[in-house]
Amino acid sequence: MSSKKLNGNVPEGPIQEIWDKHRFNMKLVNPSNKRKFKVIVVGTGLAGASASATLAELGYNVDAFCIQDSPRRAHSIAAQGGINAAKNYPNDGDSVWRLFYDTVKGGDFRAREANVYRLAQVSNNIIDQCTAQGVPFARDYGGTLSNRSFGGAQVSRTFYARGQTGQQLLLGAYSALMKESHKGKVKIYTRREMVELVMVDGKARGIIVRNVITGELEKYKADAVLLCTGGYGNAYFLSTNAMASNGSAAWKAYKKGAYFANPCYTQIHPTCIPVHGENQSKLTLMSESLRNDGRVWVPKAKGDKRSPKDIPEDERDYYLERIYPSFGNLVPRDVASRNAKNQVDDGKGVGATGVAVYLDFKDAIERDGLETIKAKYGNLFDMYESITDENPYVVPMRIYPAVHYTMGGLWVDYNLMSNVPGLFVLGEANFSDHGANRLGASALMQGLADGYFVIPYTLGNYLATEKPEETPVDLDSPEFNEAYHSAQERFQKLLSIGGNRSVDSFHKELGQIMWEHVGMAREEEGLKAGIEKIQKLRDEFWKNLRVTGTEVGVNIELEKANRVADFLELGELMARDALERRESCGGHFRMESQTEENEAKRDDQNFAHVAAWEFQGVDNTPIRHTEELTFENVTLTQRSYK
Amino acid sequence: MSHDNNLMTLNLKIWRQKNQDDKGQMVDYKLSGVSKDMSFLEMLDLLNEQLVNESKEPVAFDHDCREGICGMCSLMINGQAHGPRKNTTTCQLHMREYKDGDTIVIEPFRARALPVHKDLIIDRSAFDEIIEAGGFVNVATGNAQDANSILIPKLDSDLAMDAASCIGCAACVASCNNASAMLFVSAKISQLALLPQGKVEAEKRALSMVDKMDELGFGNCTNEAECEASCPKGINISNIARMNLEYLKAAVASKID
Repeated sequence: MSSKKLNGNVPEGPIQEIWDKHRFNMKLVNPSNKRKFKVIVVGTGLAGASASATLAELGYNVDAFCIQDSPRRAHSIAAQGGINAAKNYPNDGDSVWRLFYDTVKGGDFRAREANVYRLAQVSNNIIDQCTAQGVPFARDYGGTLSNRSFGGAQVSRTFYARGQTGQQLLLGAYSALMKESHKGKVKIYTRREMVELVMVDGKARGIIVRNVITGELEKYKADAVLLCTGGYGNAYFLSTNAMASNGSAAWKAYKKGAYFANPCYTQIHPTCIPVHGENQSKLTLMSESLRNDGRVWVPKAKGDKRSPKDIPEDERDYYLERIYPSFGNLVPRDVASRNAKNQVDDGKGVGATGVAVYLDFKDAIERDGLETIKAKYGNLFDMYESITDENPYVVPMRIYPAVHYTMGGLWVDYNLMSNVPGLFVLGEANFSDHGANRLGASALMQGLADGYFVIPYTLGNYLATEKPEETPVDLDSPEFNEAYHSAQERFQKLLSIGGNRSVDSFHKELGQIMWEHVGMAREEEGLKAGIEKIQKLRDEFWKNLRVTGTEVGVNIELEKANRVADFLELGELMARDALERRESCGGHFRMESQTEENEAKRDDQNFAHVAAWEFQGVDNTPIRHTEELTFENVTLTQRSYK
Repeated sequence: MSHDNNLMTLNLKIWRQKNQDDKGQMVDYKLSGVSKDMSFLEMLDLLNEQLVNESKEPVAFDHDCREGICGMCSLMINGQAHGPRKNTTTCQLHMREYKDGDTIVIEPFRARALPVHKDLIIDRSAFDEIIEAGGFVNVATGNAQDANSILIPKLDSDLAMDAASCIGCAACVASCNNASAMLFVSAKISQLALLPQGKVEAEKRALSMVDKMDELGFGNCTNEAECEASCPKGINISNIARMNLEYLKAAVASKID
């Protein structure tokens, strides 16, 4: 098997017209035929809930699965800052074109142009739709919607609902989902975890899930399968992801032949509360809207252990303002994170651990008054205080980057379909729109764009073209039984190892390897060493793991073991992808590829492509296919935020 | 700041129950090495790590985002839903609230409508059923007009947002003597009643959600306000008054049979 050139199936034509023309050219499913189709949607976050609701409204029968006790708890709920749209309500120069341009540039020119343009086009419909559902976006006194600037954008295009935008958008999508459940068009299966993808005649036709309450494995069939299962940031153990967020559903699909694209693109968010100790289970993000008013600094002298209030102004280095005079504290996430790491590596880190920088609101409070700052950020300041026991109105916050989002994911074409026919991938689980770095307030936009406005069209085209209803599948077919037994064997194996180490101890060790070798700065030797360490750890996992309990009923250790087993394979692929991408771009920083000013240096000659990996067996090297990225509408430039 | 030099030892009394049919019982554990900077759930992680190392089954509890927003975590801690701190979920509670040698009693949220699955994990699907009965605006994707064509007074919008902050954790039910779900139900009814988008279906919504709540075995409100006191999101009890008004209006004026 050799490396292939993949085709993203982007229709021809001027970028402004592609989506409209494509919508016209795609086949439709007759309204009375839609009820003959069954669609499986795995995950009920923004992408999954919006897709399930919308497909059900159109008349399809939907089976929606979630891991939590209710679809309302998916991790989209934790997004704080906001959602972008090109409404241009503030009349400050925004447009679909500008949102498109900013997103392609922000992604360091590693996203597919046509996908991003479509995203910008439908962004406005999302705001309208969510408002109609009763999402309480922030408003001005005249009753119109309020906008703010966010995450390095030079226009105010971000809509928000206090610091809980993700929560409100998810509850909106959840309400639409429950509306369709009420009508009987969606059947919701909670506390289920997908453990196998079932393929029949080369097409995705079903899944095996584990009911985490009974421990039983269950089979479900459909005419198409949509994975909306989020990202894989928990490969690092410590991240801002929820505890149950995992890469397993995508990984099962990868092992059944779906390509995994750009796994090394991970976003390390600059404003998180630093690690406090060994028993920490997760990291907490502080919305980057804080950088609108907070100033980032470290002491000028290395190892300065004085309390921040004793460090005079001229002995402080406001390094982002110094290095990037035009963007200052508002540089994009990857740039802010890398600079924090540089300061800490240089011995200027602050706090007890020395692995943090200050985010200081003293000047903002003096300028705008305490009450204004409280009104803007009160809930975030309270959260910070409850976690750290320090009052950020008086003492500057300590922040440090943490793994937050994965831009990589399963490869999809323009129709959001993977290379496996009938397997569609939406939201963070796919790779398509954010390139090598996601801009703030763009994740919510993409999840909802995919679910509300893209998949209803492209799925219809697939069903009308492929006519899967003409070849019904049977739950007792060899394909379903084989997938069922393979899942069963895996759980039995995990339970039978009988070793001495807990799942968490393996997960933490994997996380340390990932953070050290596949973290904010990567280099060839380190990545090679990382791959070896991961392989060794995986080997030990399967020999020395201890899982208590049995396969019957709730078994939280078994659930975790199943996910960590996959992370131990996925982590290796992330490192391998990072190793092969011998350039720096966005969140992927290779020490060997930097400008004289230590900025990320792309290599457009050799790497203006998507890397999509094909599984060849756990212990074999996967094949790296590529999809060329062509830029006809934006000019490739070195990103500069000076 | 790290307080790791003052590690605590705690006496834990934890509800253990194999499954819905099991009677369940309190079990005592001694846990040392607890740092003040740990969250409450990280303290339970530590206990579980210890139990797994002793080849014993860990304590099952619900949790996910650990940022106080998903509503997955619960727990009655020394008889208080989500523990002693106001406006705080269990996952955001930190061990600096406790001192060396303390005894902490940890039980699941209890109500007839919220049965225990295992240990501290409960079944809250009743909340989904209530939302399914009417906690939405019937608007299909693609039907929406420009968002700014619906003008909403800032105060109404802010009040709707206050109500919409509910995370559906069920602390209100667990704290109520009558296991009433009225704070939860009223938060959704209020949010949508305050907004023009929700007005069209306001009557039907109030009637069906309240009926569903009764049908599922939740109790009535007797104005003790324990729900408000325990709510980690500070949902105001005035929402219940608004719900009652909506229900009354609907009962009197509704054209629905």
